[in-house]
This record gives sequence, C-alpha cells and structure tokens, in this order.
Amino acid sequence: MEGVEASEKVKRTTPRLCSLCNQRKAALRRPKTLEQICRECFYNVFEDEIHRVIVENNLFKPGDRIAIGASGGKDSTVLAYVLSELNKRHNYGLDLFLLSIDEGITGYRDDSLETVKRNEIQYGLPLKIVSYKELYQWTMDEIVKAIGLKNNCTFCGVFRRQALDRGAALIQADKIVTGHNADDIAETVLLNILRGDIARLSRCTSITTGEDGPIPRCKPFKYTYEKEIVMYAYFKKLDYFSTECIYSPNAYRGFAREFIKDLERIRPRAILDIIRSGEDFRISTTTRMPEQGTCQQCGYISSQKLCKACVLLEGLNRGLPKLGIGRKKVCSGEDQVQSKRHLENKALSFHGKHGNVEWKR
Amino acid sequence: MAVCGSACGTNCVPKDTEGEEGERLKRLSLEEESSVRRCTKCAEEEARKECNGLCAGCFRAYLYGKFKLAVTSNAMISPTDKVLVAFSGGPSSRVALEFIHEMQSKALACWDASNSQALPVFTVGVVFMEECNISDELSDQADDVIAQIRSIVSGLSPPSKDLHIVLMESLFSSDLRKLVGSINDATGREDFVRHLRMLSLQRVAFEFGYNKLVLGLSASGIARHVLSATVKGQGYSLPADMQYVDTRWKAPVVLPIRDCLEQELVTLCNLESLKHVQVHDKRCTSINGLVSSFLARLREDNSSREHTILRTAGKLKPFNFNKFSSNQYEYVPSRLRPKFQFIETGEPESSEVLCPICASPLTATELATTRCSQQMKGLNIKEMEAFYLSCCQSCHFQILPKEETSMSCDGFFDLLPKPMVKRSLLRDEIKDYLLEDS
Repeated sequence: MEGVEASEKVKRTTPRLCSLCNQRKAALRRPKTLEQICRECFYNVFEDEIHRVIVENNLFKPGDRIAIGASGGKDSTVLAYVLSELNKRHNYGLDLFLLSIDEGITGYRDDSLETVKRNEIQYGLPLKIVSYKELYQWTMDEIVKAIGLKNNCTFCGVFRRQALDRGAALIQADKIVTGHNADDIAETVLLNILRGDIARLSRCTSITTGEDGPIPRCKPFKYTYEKEIVMYAYFKKLDYFSTECIYSPNAYRGFAREFIKDLERIRPRAILDIIRSGEDFRISTTTRMPEQGTCQQCGYISSQKLCKACVLLEGLNRGLPKLGIGRKKVCSGEDQVQSKRHLENKALSFHGKHGNVEWKR
Repeated sequence: MAVCGSACGTNCVPKDTEGEEGERLKRLSLEEESSVRRCTKCAEEEARKECNGLCAGCFRAYLYGKFKLAVTSNAMISPTDKVLVAFSGGPSSRVALEFIHEMQSKALACWDASNSQALPVFTVGVVFMEECNISDELSDQADDVIAQIRSIVSGLSPPSKDLHIVLMESLFSSDLRKLVGSINDATGREDFVRHLRMLSLQRVAFEFGYNKLVLGLSASGIARHVLSATVKGQGYSLPADMQYVDTRWKAPVVLPIRDCLEQELVTLCNLESLKHVQVHDKRCTSINGLVSSFLARLREDNSSREHTILRTAGKLKPFNFNKFSSNQYEYVPSRLRPKFQFIETGEPESSEVLCPICASPLTATELATTRCSQQMKGLNIKEMEAFYLSCCQSCHFQILPKEETSMSCDGFFDLLPKPMVKRSLLRDEIKDYLLEDS
C-alpha cells in the first residue's frame, strides 16, 4: 500500500514533459492542437507556422516597403514583433513601417496610440499616424454623437479601410499587412453567410486582397488562433493595449464571436474548418457579382458610383445618419450637385503599383 | 353624403356605395370599432397573429403554394412515380405528408373525371425509421410513437398509403449499436446515424420498388445544415444536400417543403390540428446542437435570418447530380422542357467522387491526397485501408477511429454496413480505367 501511494506521489510531482522536445517541462496547452508543450517550442511552432504561411503564399518579395496596420492591440503588436523577427531571421529584405489610424475615440484610441508610440521605439520601426479628423473632418466621438451606437462600427470600418490606404500611399508602401487572425476570418465568413453578402463571402478568405488595386493588403495571421496570439504576447511580455473599443458592444459581429468561442470549446479545429469552408465555396456563375470601378467623387475603388466612405460622409454632413446604411438608394441628380458643394475638392495623388491615381477629396 | 333623416341608424351607408363595396366599407367601419384585423390577402377572414397577417385559410394556401411551386418547377413528381415519404412524425414531415396526400387526391380526382385516363396517378408510401436501439433515445416511448404514426397514416383519407415501420438495425447484418457507440465524437455519432438513416431509407425504397424519396426538410433545417457544414469544413460539398433534387441515390431525394420555415409548418399543424409526434428537445453537446441554439438566437433577433442564410447558400454552385436526367421529364410538355435544367442522356455523368460514408463530393485536395496515399501503398493496400483513404476529411476526423480509441480500425471496418463499403469498392475496381478530368 505504501509503495502504491509513493508511486502515485511520484507521478503527481513528476513534471509533464513537452510533447515536442521531450526535454523541457510543458508550460501550456496549445489552443490549436491541445498539445502540451514548453514555451520555447511554442515560440518555435508559432513563428514557424507564420513563416511557412508567408513563404507558401508568396506574400512578400525582397525590397518591399510594408506598412503594418498598428492599433496598439495584441494582434498588431505581435504582428509587428514577429514580422520584424522573421524579417531578420529569414532575410526577407523588407522595409517595415508602422501605420496607425487615429479614429478620435477619447479614452480608447488616444491610449492605444501611446502603446504604438512605444512599439516604434521598442521595435525600431518608423511610425506614421493618420487621423479621421484630418481626412474626414469628423472624429468617431463626433460621429457617435450624431448617429448613436447602432451603426457606428460601419462608419469606423469603412473610414479606417480608406484611411489605411491613404496612409500607406503617403509613406509609399508597396503592401499593407494587418493583424486579422483566424478567429476574425472565421467570424467574417459566418457574418457574410448570415447577411447574404455573397460578394464578400467569395473574397473574405483570400490571404491577399486588392492585388489589382493600388496597394494590396495581406493577412499573415490568417491561420493563427487569437488565443495563441494572446499567449505569445503574454509569454514574450509584449507591450500591448488590451481594452475593447468603447463603442463596440452592439456590433453584430458579437453574435458570431460568441458562437465561435463556444465552437472552439467543443472542437478547436472548427475555426480552421470554417476558413477551409470559405475557401472551398464555389459561387454559381449565374450569381450577379458587383463590378469594381472607382468612386466618381474621390477616385477610390468602389462597386457603386460613389464609394461607401463618400456616401457615409455625405450623410454625416447633411445630418442624414441613415444615408448609406441598409438598402436605401444613394442620392441622385440634384442631391449629388449639392453634396459636392459641401466637400472640398483637394487632389491627393499617390504612386500606386499601376501608376498614379488621382484621388480627390 | 346624402342626408337620410333621423330614422337612420349609425350603420347607415350612402346609396351610391351599396353592394359589394358597401359591404366592404361596412365591414371596415365595424372593424375599426371592434379592432379586428383582417387578412391582408382576402380581407375577409380574421388575420391570425401567428400567420404573418393572414387568415388561417390564406396561410395554408400560401404554404401549399410554396410546396406546389417547388414540385412543379422542379418536376419532382411525375404520374408514373412511386413516391416514398420519409415520415419522422415531426411537424415538418407531417406537413410534407399532408401536402403530398392532397396533391395525390387532386390528381386522382382529375383522373376520375378525365375521359381518356391516359396518365396514371403517382402512388405514395410512407416509411418510419425506428432508431432507438442505435441512439440513446428512450425505447419505452418507441411503442407510443409507432402507434401515433400508424394512427396518422391510417387517418389520411383515400387513397390509402402503405406504411413501412422499419427497424434500422434489421436492414443490415452489422451490430449498428456497437458501431455507433464506438464513435467518440458526439457530432460524429449524430452525423453517422444520419448517414445510416439515408442508407436505410434507400434500402427500403429499393426493396419495395419506390423510385423517389421525399424528405420533409424545411428552410430552417437547411439553414442549420448550411451553418453545420460550414463549421465542419464541408464548404465544397455543402450545396449538394440542400437543393430541391438530389440524384446521388438510386431513389432520387426531393425536398418539396424546402422553402417553408419550420415555425410556419408548426403553425399550420396547430391551426389544422394535424396530429404529429412531439419531439422532445434533447440536450445536445454536439456541434449540431450548438448550431441549433445559435440559429434560435438569430431567429429571435430577426425572423428572416433563416431565409437569408438559405438565399446565400443558394448562390453556391450545385452539382451535376442536383438535377434530373432528361428522361425524367418525359411527362412535362415539350414547350415547357427548356425551363428545366437537366443532364442530356448521353452526356458524361458527374465526375464527382463521393465519400463512401457521407456521400459528400471530395475536394480536389482530398482526391489528390487519396491518390497519393494509394500510390504509396501500392498493390498491397488492404481493403480497409483503401476504404479509409477514400473518405472525406470530415468523416476522417469525426467518425473514423483514431489510434487512441477503444475500437481498432479493422474492428470498425468490419462493422460497417456492406452497402457503405461496397460504394467505395465499386469505384476502386474501375478507377484505372477512368480518365482524369482536364
């Protein structure tokens, strides 16, 4: 009896070894695969997977100027850190920059930008900040005051997308990289199914988008789990800002996010399975898809006459917060003439991959 | 307005609006007083709250109209067909049975009245699959359920229908309970039972000479399938199971109530007192259960969400087997045949390779992996290995045994129903003679 108790005691006190190296003590259970591994092996598999994604998808070529969309959050902080490391380790030959967007959210964005400024020093990467105020003459605080909390994420997302492109053009970047992770992409696949957006559904799992536009953007974290990014940041003691946007609680994405968290508990690989499904969807040839053109007002890419940013901005300036939200028609004829008077015409040209693009504002 | 004098009552109607219009106005004014809402379609009967502003009659007609449109626009049922309706006892399949019965009755009445009686009327049979010995459902309720099923089917007015109550495990010589019990993954177990169910229904159809199988799958059921298949990585094969027609099977499967929401079908059952078996909500720890509760939350937020999901998935490309071959349309007038998409007899059949367990088409990546593995193993490949290699990635993950499970791969393979194994072997026998697709 004493022998049995002793052997059980030995079992309990003997540390579990890493299932990869079998040398060091296991420090964590990997969220993606549930393997019990040590810290060093976790760093290796995490970084190695991202490196393989970069190489297998030909994301970069030597000499590329890369703008890293940096919000100060965990995803972009880890992205900047890992990309910087891999660039040195594997000689990618990239020029890396941090690009931040100041949406003007007091108590949130002003704090997170301080984090990005620290990242600039910590990682030695030049930083460019572009603000909504200078681009659109509206901050998110002012927008939320005008429209409330129902569709504010729509405004912010649309404006940020264009702001990133404009900021990248200012620093003459060849590519933008963002920290969208596997959880984000899985949520987007589900959201597009729920909303009936077949056009976005066909594009949202592409690792690189906008290749026929001025500045393509790519997502090296496409197959990286959010939990693993958090784990990496935690163990590496990376400096990041972890508070959620103060205006986000009502976002519809929350539905999909909660569902995916529950799914992950039952079957961790479900997140990658959703992405795989998204990649495998074949759209019927009879489905009418939008054609890409340019905005008649500002020259940005758009499938309609006016891009979404122009429509939303017009709504704000005219005191019509619902303009461009839902399925209502955009203004036409006389209204377009009026709206042009509200906005200043200022040419902003930048060097795109396919030549200069006149971008009026 | 004419002045009639003090003798007139409060319901006085001016002379120039007498007649039908007058009656309508009279009714409307009475309604305003009694605040009774009228049907938005016929404006005669009282609108029912649960019927989206319609009266009970118009609501039924609306649902029957959807059913009839699905049947006629896809030429689902032709006069010579012998149709088998899969009846689980639930409200969706109950309504499917009711509508098929009504369609058959009308067709019979037309035939009776017709001078030539040249075209026959399709026959209908009903099958109930008894599964409680395989899954963990309470077997003491099974007798009650069967009694209710018999009562429902026998209660349908003429023409009478053959009812087949089939014990699933009696159809195959395998120990299905042991087989299902050996699957560790809860979702895999449920999905495997579903695949067994389809195999069983096909077996019954074959044995009793039915050439079409009707499933009471509603729009809500399809929305659940869309989300479930997406989260299981089955995006490629997802469209296969949600079309009106599926000819992968010997008895093609048709879904005539595909456009009706589950809630609408439940409402109809309540309105018309259609007897059906109460399905007890089981606590599901599987992905399928999670998807059901997620969809229920979405429905509370927006009742049209299921239709939107269906519409999105409807824009995905269906497969060649999701349409009939041209000889299925011989009873459709030739002027209408161009409306139907069909495979011309003589055209090469679908080149999709199907998983032997779930019958899902394999993706190009899965096929390439299968071929590569088979080539590596060479001629000495065992039957069991060849079978496992031909399964899709989803069945591999959630159904087939892994090293750490109690049952060995050989043991699991030995318990599989022969029709499931045979499906894989048939292709293997001829694969060397099949030309590669360009």
